[in-house]
Amino acid sequence: MKTIDVDRTLCDNHGQCAIAAPDVFRMNADGELEYEATFDDALLDVVEEAIDVCPVQAIFLKD
Amino acid sequence: MSRRIVIAGASMGGLRAAEQLRAAGWEEEIVVVGDEIHPPYNRPPLSKDLLAAPGSQEEALAAVQLRQRRTATDIQWRLGSAVAAADLAARTLTLDSGEELAYDGLVIATGLRPRRVPVPGPTAGRHVIRRLEDTLALHSELTSRSKVAVIGAGFIGCEAAATAAALGCKVTLIEGAGGPMERPLGHELSAGIRTFLQTHGIDCVAGKRVNEFLDVPGTYTEGAGRCAGVRLEDGTEVAADVVIEAVGSLPNVEWLAGNGLDLSDGVLCNEHLQVLGAEHVVAVGDVARYPDRRAGGPARRVEHWATPADTAKIAAPALVAGLKGDVVPEPAAPLPSFWTDIFKTRIQGVGSPALADTIEVLEGDPSRPWEGTALAYYRDGRLIGAVTAALLADRQLHYRKLVNESGIPAGADLAAV
Ligand SMILES: Cc1cc2nc3c(=O)[nH]c(=O)nc-3n(C[C@H](O)[C@H](O)[C@H](O)COP(=O)(O)OP(=O)(O)OC[C@H]3O[C@@H](n4cnc5c(N)ncnc54)[C@H](O)[C@@H]3O)c2cc1C
Ligand code: SF4
Repeated sequence: MKTIDVDRTLCDNHGQCAIAAPDVFRMNADGELEYEATFDDALLDVVEEAIDVCPVQAIFLKD
Repeated sequence: MSRRIVIAGASMGGLRAAEQLRAAGWEEEIVVVGDEIHPPYNRPPLSKDLLAAPGSQEEALAAVQLRQRRTATDIQWRLGSAVAAADLAARTLTLDSGEELAYDGLVIATGLRPRRVPVPGPTAGRHVIRRLEDTLALHSELTSRSKVAVIGAGFIGCEAAATAAALGCKVTLIEGAGGPMERPLGHELSAGIRTFLQTHGIDCVAGKRVNEFLDVPGTYTEGAGRCAGVRLEDGTEVAADVVIEAVGSLPNVEWLAGNGLDLSDGVLCNEHLQVLGAEHVVAVGDVARYPDRRAGGPARRVEHWATPADTAKIAAPALVAGLKGDVVPEPAAPLPSFWTDIFKTRIQGVGSPALADTIEVLEGDPSRPWEGTALAYYRDGRLIGAVTAALLADRQLHYRKLVNESGIPAGADLAAV
């Protein structure tokens, strides 16, 4: 398992992460980001994609 | 001896290419050559938040510097060094220092530079926005008493006008041929955006070209001196302490001249982002002109933030496969996407709305985009794009899904070049 952290002071609710990694990131009906703080190693590739596509670089991968 | 891939251009396209080369299994040398002295940084804030409040140069860079994937190790960065020329047959580059750099594979990631308004007049007080230094220099001239003239009403022009107005400047937006963001978004939404800009105190001048830059009396000698505004084609004068030129961009391809490539608008590529006429050369980002497999139509450049990552994901595996003698994988057909922020209102688009022949309102009123609206863009009866303004991300994702599901037209790969 790996852990991520989204810096809420940076996150602008762009929703790009939810496109790249829908199993980890979702936009709720209020337009706000919800995410799984830990995810299976098999999802590392799509989570890296999500990190790349966040326009404000709000997503951080922890070990 | 270890083989080498050189990436020309060290911005987002260069960074994403380096990362994707490693992800595609390239374990040999990667050298990135970039003429800017900074490591890759994010450009969208340059006309928005960062223009409003950049802080010191160090703070500004820290706020926008792009993080590099941890899996992308062992990349050599040659910053502050420009590629002056390329001999693609011999597979060598010449740097501005005169040094020759040999390569096995080459990635073209040299992006764009701003076009200037080609009319006579003084140069001081005239700005463009592409680099960190541009934003710092422009910010230092903006005060709440400044009169600002923005020439060009594309994304960057509208964003800069909104940022300056929010700082208290008195802003005139000289739209030029089309209305605000009209080319990508269409007439109706553009008119609504103009109303929005006007409500925030921006004076919008429609349909008039700039004929001349005015000079502060007594300072003008042979193109030197300080700009005092612009004269429009009908003779009207717009006084300004600061002029921002936002009239589009030119691809940085001069260094590729003499190799028989099609450089008429960026560098022409196939759907794998392989450069036509050059083996072992690919292009990524704003400089790449490639077939739009979703919307159809001729190859074109896509100047959006998402393009460097999208194209790098196709180009890197194609280059690596070519160098290793493997079969080049089937390319993805990425769905373009973009956004812009005007006075805290977000406009987001997917697909290729600029290519539409028919536009339909899906919700809200495009003449009041700040209250929330969505539009669908069709070409030959097929949905090819959607744009939302002031809607929550989940609505935007919903419309994105619709465009995505409208699929890739049959025979699209043939429509290519
Ligand atoms: C002010 C501004 C705001 C933007 N806002 C948005 C937005 O809100 N939404 C959106 O979707 N997109 C936006 N964009 C577009 C987005 O930033 C670009 O699409 C993206 O930067 C393209 O990256 P690139 O690496 O392809 O090109 P570039 O960023 O242009 O990078 C090319 C690099 O190559 C270097 N180079 C050029 N020639 C040479 C040479 N001969 N040798 C060595 N190096 C060379 C350049 O100096 C530069 O560092 C904006 C762009 C700007 C300028
Ligand atoms: S892409 Fe970035 S800004 Fe957008 S919702 Fe995800 S974390 Fe937030």
